[in-house]
Amino acid sequence: MSWIRDLINPNARTWEEFYRNRWQHDRVVRSTHGVNCTGSCSWMIYVKDGIVTWEMQATDYPKLEAGLPGYEPRGCPRGIVFSWYIYSPLRIKYPYVRGVLLDAWREARSRHADPVEAWTEIMDNAEARRQYQAARGRGGFRRTSWDESLEIVAASLLYTAKKYGPDRVAGFSPIPAMSMLSYAAGSRFLQLFGAPLLSFYDLYADFPPASPETWGEKTDVAESADWYNSKYIVTTGSNLNMTRTPDVHFVAEARNNGSKLVVLSPDFSEVARYADWWIPVHSGMDAAFWMAVDHVILQEFHAARQVPYFVNYLKRFSDSPFLVALDESEKGYTAGRFLRAGRLARYGSVENGDWKFLVFDAKTGEPRMPRGAIGSRWQAQKGRWNLELKDDLDGTDIDPLLTLLENRDAELPVTFSDAANNLTFQRNVPVKYVETADGRIAVTTVYDLLMAQYGIPRGLVGNYPQDYNDSNAPYTPAWQEKFTGISRNTVIQFAREFASTAEKTGGKCTVIVGSGVNHWYHSNLHYRASIAALMLCGCIGVNGGGLNHYTGQEKLVPAASWSTLAMALDWTASPRLQNGPSFHYVHSDQWRYEKGPLEAQPAEGRFARHVMDLQADAVRMGWLPFYPQFDVSPIELVKRAAQEGATTDEEITQWVVTQLKNRRLRLAVEDPDASENWPRVWIIWRANAILSSAKGHEYFLKHYLGVHDNAIADEVAKGSVEDVVWREPTRTGKMDLVVDLNFRMDTSALYSDVVLPSATWYEKNDLNTTDLHSYIHPLGAAVPPCWESKTDWDIFKALSEKVSALSTPHFPAPFRDIVSTPLLHDTPDDLAQPQVKNWYTGECEPVPGKTMPHLTVVERDYANLHHRFCSLGPRLKEEGVEDRGVHIPVADLYDRFAASAPAYEWGDRTYPSLVDALDAASMVLYFAPETNGEVAYRAFQSRERETGLKLVDLAEDNRGVRYDFEALKAQPRRILTSPCWSGITNGGRPYTAYCQNTERLIPWRTLTGRQHLYLDHEGYLAFGENLPTFKPRITLEASLNLVNSVREGKSIVLNCLTPHGKWHIHSTYSDDLRMLTLSRGIEPFWLNDKDAVEIGVEDNDWIEAYNDNGVIVTRAVVSARIPTGLGFFYHAPERTIAFPKSPMRKNRRGGGTNSITRLRLKPVLMVGGYAQHCYRFNDYGPAASDRDTYVIVRRLPGKPKW
Amino acid sequence: MNVRSQVSMVFHLDKCIGCHTCSLACKNLWTSRPGAEYMWWNNVETKPGTGYPTLYEDQEQYRGGWEVKGGELRLKLNTRARELLNISYNPHLPALDDYYEPWTYTYGDLIDAPLQEDQPVFTPISLVTGKEMEIEAGPNWDDDLGGSGIYAANDPNLKSLSDEEKERLLDVERIVYFYLPRICNHCANPSCVAACPAGAIYKRGEDGIVLVSQEKCMGWRMCVSGCPYKKVYYNWETGKSEKCILCYPRLETGQAPACMHSCVGRIRYLGLLLYDADRIHQTAMRPDHELVDAQREMILDPFDPEVVRQARNDGIGDAVLESARNSPVFKYVKKWKIALPLHPEFRTLPMLFYVPPLLPVTGSTNDDGLYESAPDFFSSLESARVPIRYMASLFTAGDEGQVVAVYKKLMAGRLFKRAQTVGDVSTEKAAQILVEAHTTPEEVEEIYQLTSLAGFDERFVIPPFSREAAIGLVQITQTHQEGGGMGFLHEPRRGL
Repeated sequence: MSWIRDLINPNARTWEEFYRNRWQHDRVVRSTHGVNCTGSCSWMIYVKDGIVTWEMQATDYPKLEAGLPGYEPRGCPRGIVFSWYIYSPLRIKYPYVRGVLLDAWREARSRHADPVEAWTEIMDNAEARRQYQAARGRGGFRRTSWDESLEIVAASLLYTAKKYGPDRVAGFSPIPAMSMLSYAAGSRFLQLFGAPLLSFYDLYADFPPASPETWGEKTDVAESADWYNSKYIVTTGSNLNMTRTPDVHFVAEARNNGSKLVVLSPDFSEVARYADWWIPVHSGMDAAFWMAVDHVILQEFHAARQVPYFVNYLKRFSDSPFLVALDESEKGYTAGRFLRAGRLARYGSVENGDWKFLVFDAKTGEPRMPRGAIGSRWQAQKGRWNLELKDDLDGTDIDPLLTLLENRDAELPVTFSDAANNLTFQRNVPVKYVETADGRIAVTTVYDLLMAQYGIPRGLVGNYPQDYNDSNAPYTPAWQEKFTGISRNTVIQFAREFASTAEKTGGKCTVIVGSGVNHWYHSNLHYRASIAALMLCGCIGVNGGGLNHYTGQEKLVPAASWSTLAMALDWTASPRLQNGPSFHYVHSDQWRYEKGPLEAQPAEGRFARHVMDLQADAVRMGWLPFYPQFDVSPIELVKRAAQEGATTDEEITQWVVTQLKNRRLRLAVEDPDASENWPRVWIIWRANAILSSAKGHEYFLKHYLGVHDNAIADEVAKGSVEDVVWREPTRTGKMDLVVDLNFRMDTSALYSDVVLPSATWYEKNDLNTTDLHSYIHPLGAAVPPCWESKTDWDIFKALSEKVSALSTPHFPAPFRDIVSTPLLHDTPDDLAQPQVKNWYTGECEPVPGKTMPHLTVVERDYANLHHRFCSLGPRLKEEGVEDRGVHIPVADLYDRFAASAPAYEWGDRTYPSLVDALDAASMVLYFAPETNGEVAYRAFQSRERETGLKLVDLAEDNRGVRYDFEALKAQPRRILTSPCWSGITNGGRPYTAYCQNTERLIPWRTLTGRQHLYLDHEGYLAFGENLPTFKPRITLEASLNLVNSVREGKSIVLNCLTPHGKWHIHSTYSDDLRMLTLSRGIEPFWLNDKDAVEIGVEDNDWIEAYNDNGVIVTRAVVSARIPTGLGFFYHAPERTIAFPKSPMRKNRRGGGTNSITRLRLKPVLMVGGYAQHCYRFNDYGPAASDRDTYVIVRRLPGKPKW
Repeated sequence: MNVRSQVSMVFHLDKCIGCHTCSLACKNLWTSRPGAEYMWWNNVETKPGTGYPTLYEDQEQYRGGWEVKGGELRLKLNTRARELLNISYNPHLPALDDYYEPWTYTYGDLIDAPLQEDQPVFTPISLVTGKEMEIEAGPNWDDDLGGSGIYAANDPNLKSLSDEEKERLLDVERIVYFYLPRICNHCANPSCVAACPAGAIYKRGEDGIVLVSQEKCMGWRMCVSGCPYKKVYYNWETGKSEKCILCYPRLETGQAPACMHSCVGRIRYLGLLLYDADRIHQTAMRPDHELVDAQREMILDPFDPEVVRQARNDGIGDAVLESARNSPVFKYVKKWKIALPLHPEFRTLPMLFYVPPLLPVTGSTNDDGLYESAPDFFSSLESARVPIRYMASLFTAGDEGQVVAVYKKLMAGRLFKRAQTVGDVSTEKAAQILVEAHTTPEEVEEIYQLTSLAGFDERFVIPPFSREAAIGLVQITQTHQEGGGMGFLHEPRRGL
């Protein structure tokens, strides 16, 4: 062994300096990544010689309570290569304008001193406009100056506001939580200007509609550390290891602590290999599995044997005991609406009696009205909105009956439906008769309806299943087999393990759910079926339990103060906030490719119309927002009203209502293809709006941009739309100008007209939060903005300055604008529409804020827009801050803040400055309950007034705590308990949703104040979604995906799924060299080995995957990990990566994941004006979907061509 | 007894999520340079799979590591005498195709593209030739069972399985994969050191880190052939070989190696092992099925007074001994015996150990063609998705008993914790299972604590490096502090 020896001579080791020098660095700064990944990881950025060298994870997270694993380190393979972008050839270093436009601009500008006039000249020249539009996405950028590029943008904005109205400008930026000041910069500018901001959460299909349906909340979940407390972890549609990279260790650690992990996933995914059980449920059929699980739980843990914990839980925290009227018709009985307390003599005179509900009291044997319903939230007498089981009339105790089985007056046959098999069936339900103002009616409980819906006979007659093996009776374990491919035995064992774990642990079972389930058309039903299992076992509002939906970094923690900043509420009320799915469905003309009504809609009634007509109805009735508002500029409209003598705001509003009623004024949504109703200018920042966010991407290319597209679908809506105007020929190139702020040349930048260089996440100061943990993180500037880039804050500040400067000839003085906004959740609008009535068809009068949108006259001041942008306005002091209906007064705090903040003077007054992003950070942190203990204390005081409960103790310990930006840079800080959220973080306890509800008896913000298993809105009754149910994925035929697409040669039809991938966060990092090196140099298409053989494809061969919407050309990965019949094309790679051209589509460039999708809106999710079914930006509305998509796949003929 | 201290590692594969953050942390710090692009000092492989470079485990092809022949331990590559005779001839080197041709893209084509007919894209170009290329291979090509019919199916470790077993591994009922992250094993009996004709490779006395001197390396590449793990790489720009340095510049300053620091699955542990250098040779000579036990015997107990006394004699200080006693690696490897070396049959005595992964229970397809999971509550030996023989091929030179013993202990620990935290497993049953697994409540509780709850400082127990003393061997330490030691790469020169 003579050659294995220690080196003795130290001089022979001096060369070791070689690697020591490589490691040396000059500076380390804390930052994070502003990308929609929900990670929110704290990173240390290393700088050497003024250059960012690399990043390493921070490991100094304050610990949670003892017995929990720590959070360090957080970070993933994508985050750790971010620094590559900063100096890469993709980096946008200077402002760019496409040459064709720049030439036209310079020529026009040479003739006009006023830039707005120059822009007008180009707009008036249809040929010039068409020419630069047609050049979009085809290269030809030219470097320009900040001054020139901002002048073009400002001129187009002012031109548009003047000619069409500011609501023809749209802004898009997603996920404020990932860099909230950068988002706020743009949104603040847009709202001061009067331009709508487009939502993202619903557009991304990340928003789970079942959450507002059940809880009146967009999403509220446990932080990842709380998974460790769970003893039965089920993941469904969530590939934790791949997408929750920094969190998933908690699962492994929990497994080693005796927890079981069960994974539902059609493919053998990364998390499947991490599991104890993998259950390969067929794609898009999850609800069938869960419905059968619920069946077993109800049978064994509720009917055959009652678990006291489960029963008590349902009585107190769910709508299970509430009384539902049975409607009688010729066909028999059906489940109807909740019985309104006000219809009973005893409660006839209570305030908001239509909005308070009844249970049967075991003690008195009478219907009683417990506290906590939405009616008590919005009544004059405060302090009764709580979950104490007391009669809201006299305070006596109530013991609600879950079931009327033992106390029934009769049993009635009720008709239920099985949508999957298109069948109806009758099952007897126990009822009691109640005397009401409408006579004697039969009522039952939600719980009894559930028992019947799921098929638990309990000795009742009717079409109940014999046993678990009855495969014809819906929701039995045998029934689900044909949908899921999973044997009944596995379902039964799963259900027993799940429920018995919950029984033994007091509800410590969790379902972690993600886009794999949420991106289906019927996602709300998949969710509700699993929520039912959790609710039946008392798992929600319990550490270690709950439905944990992680899709999209939607949790902006300090929302109360931030929304004041971001929506410019310190200056103006009524921001224009638009739900993205509706906006794009309408404006990018995707509705034109859809025939209505869809298979999934009711056969008759008000919902049996083309979705586009329902969309227009939803806008008319105030359910959903829509911009532009009218076929006339809202500025012009106020002027006209004034000309006709309407001077006060009220008179103007009334004049507008009359115009609408008389059809002299039309809503823009009724005629979206009329040129005056087009969106004209689109400002995109922190986004990939044209690619990864563009469901129906090819239609964006065609109708917005006016460039080549690969769709071959027919426009088929003609004849099936009723009220909405059909125009021919189809309209293309609606957008006058597309502006993109970006640090890299991504697809959206490539297709934009003006590209402005923005600072990266290591070059700016900002704030970042997430659902997945309870810390608030800074983005810190490790180096100044590189080359000529600027921070988003500074770009919008500069743009506001340009707009103010150019506005003088066109908007010299402040002017009025009338803003239309929908009925909003967490306001008295919750009580707007006890019945659905459409003023447009004469069912009622148009009343703003009641039967139609609110109309608000606001003042805008373009000349001082820049000053307003830069100063914290007086409305904050007057109005306080608000989130989720919690109003927090801050007048004295405003003064205290002003005393220490930098000052900004204009118009003879001094305001706290917002000139620098750091000023904005200070403002957000100072006025948020989650970062300033004093504000939290006041927020709980406010909640105490509403609920009559003692709550401020939750804020007492932290009352003196206040975080500023420097503190966050020093170490991550944990958010404080706040009534704007529902978890309790005191004492290092992990955040889990709805603890404040279960432990402190604060109601959920729903109709009954409880968690809803039953949804009694007329829309839900019409759609057959009042109870949890199952509807299968959209069929190939109904999808219209392959009407014109032909199969050539050896080919196969696959259901194409686009899950979140391993080597990118959406499109970000997909073009990064390191990620491409560790994957396959391209984003490939995964398919099963047997399917591959069928079409003669071998691993790494080139394939084409196409349908009527578009085409993808890439390489194949052949793997037994993917089930037959499915293809995986991981979500949203840039289409700028080496994707070849498509022989199938005339040798034009193949597209991305959204090239094969088209937006489909589920109309039941549009309903509004009804408690939790009320609009709130990013929190409510029809979500997009993308999974019900089919493609033909074939081997690429010949050699790939670029 | 000749006591040495070695910085050693445990990778807990049950926790590995295959995220490759480790690989990239390493790449950023060390190998993003020209000539080093294809070097992945740390890489992560999907198993079953062919690894990186492809089929590196197949020593019939590559001739790495040691073999016992004629009662002697010798390099499989050739004898030392033959090596000297054939110094310029090295037939067992992996070629570029066994790695991959590193590439970049024509990224500039997006911003600089002139107005053209269709949307521009960037396309791949070779970092070796600068020319356009087709991407046919990469450093992680079979990730997550990509190309399973080609790569997973040809995993050398499947050789011990029947054809039917092999095929079934890719059926829905049994399909399985897991990840194997790999860095240099910093072996106690490193064949790279032995293979180097220039004497450029050495094992540092104070910590056992194996380094290639960038001054002495002549670029013969015998180390590349000699290492059975293919963890030495030839830098085609500098003409010298390089390998994992266990981030000694970080270790020396009390920081965990970058791959470990960045391990977001929290699978990695680092700490000292003491071993008896006198036993290296006899350990490496043992028959295959004794190798795991023999290596454990070679590793010494820092609580043993005899070991402590000898360690002091061998120059190991109190602080280092204290660190060895707190070492998580000592616990996993020696105390609990649940961490195993990778391919001990290569006989390099790798000082990096793996806790094998638990995997989902199998399913079956019933008569109606429906998937039915085996009824086991947790992963179990009886219904494991992967044959024990496969794991034995990886970690115990084929000794299935060793693998079974580890799994029994891991599974018993979970059931014990289930009984404790939920109670749907009876305490009697849990106690019985512990006995069957040859463990105790105390031991599985300790294992659980370190596996589930250990924080950064418990996972990485870094000994003091006494840099002041080490530097003092070359230069007066204060002179170093005040002078050029603080990083002058070029000395200022006067005039021309």
